[in-house]
Amino acid sequence: MAIVELPDNVAITKLDELVSWCRKNSLWPMPLATACCGIELMATGASRHDIARFGAEVFRFSPRQCDLMIVAGRVVMKMLPVLQRIWQQMHEPKWCISMGACASTGGVFDTYSVVQGIDRFVPVDIYVPGCPPRPEQLIQAIIDLQEKIQCEGTVFGREFDAPSRQRPKRALQEERD
Amino acid sequence: MLPPDLTAVCPSIAVSEFRGQMRVVVPVESLWNVLQSLKEKHGFDLLVDVTCVDYLNYRGARDRFGLVYLLANTATNHRITVRCFVNDTDPSVPSVVALWEGANWLEREVWDMFGVRFADHPDLRRILLPEEFTGHPLRKDYPLQGHGERHNFPVITRGEG
Repeated sequence: MAIVELPDNVAITKLDELVSWCRKNSLWPMPLATACCGIELMATGASRHDIARFGAEVFRFSPRQCDLMIVAGRVVMKMLPVLQRIWQQMHEPKWCISMGACASTGGVFDTYSVVQGIDRFVPVDIYVPGCPPRPEQLIQAIIDLQEKIQCEGTVFGREFDAPSRQRPKRALQEERD
Repeated sequence: MLPPDLTAVCPSIAVSEFRGQMRVVVPVESLWNVLQSLKEKHGFDLLVDVTCVDYLNYRGARDRFGLVYLLANTATNHRITVRCFVNDTDPSVPSVVALWEGANWLEREVWDMFGVRFADHPDLRRILLPEEFTGHPLRKDYPLQGHGERHNFPVITRGEG
């Protein structure tokens, strides 16, 4: 087997890895901001915290252009069908961050109208605790999501073929251990 | 100060004053006449709010629902509270949309939340809750966590997305 000397400006990788690398560094968030978490989401996008450092500064208000839905705030039963439609309008590959206590669990709003956690009805990749979470926490969530995208993603979505290929959620992992 | 004399319109009117504010309690039969008289004869041209109180299990209460009409006279800056009690099994009061256009959505909200019907309302639909919602959640006998309406949705999985 012949050994080929590579020049310094050439790197070898897998196509899946390369595509995942591109995807994770160009997340376009859909700001589904329904409550005070939305203010922190805006702060995350503004200059002090600057989500652009992670390639996710392009907030788009059209779901067709987004691949990361950030649900920031409580979701009521009248909003949930809208949220589901927005989620379905987004193109694959797509991810979802449930930001704050209300989006993740309903928070203090244990009432007839507030959905007790959006993960009951749409898939969620990352949960951010807090009421509302600091921008640092949201940035940590985006970093974690980038790691997850790098680990799981394939060009043609093979990870959806077999559920076993998907790394279990961190919370579930801890439960199992 | 005391409210204007309305005994001609409604003999059984109950008049009182609380911290300088005029209050009257009228039976439902003469509610429309009292409000019309207040608007057209006594200059209470602004309907500030229409709301409702559910007195279920309230200490000393004899009636179930208390409709509250807050009126203001924009010329003299006087305000008056008109209250009217109705009871269960289809509580109903006359709509005042014909007097104040702005009562339309206020009455729809009371209908939505308390289930008090407004007779002759032009468009008595739910205003805040979804059309298919059953029940009136601000009634005291409505459970805080509802009847499961908040979880009555299809589940979208990762594969279906």
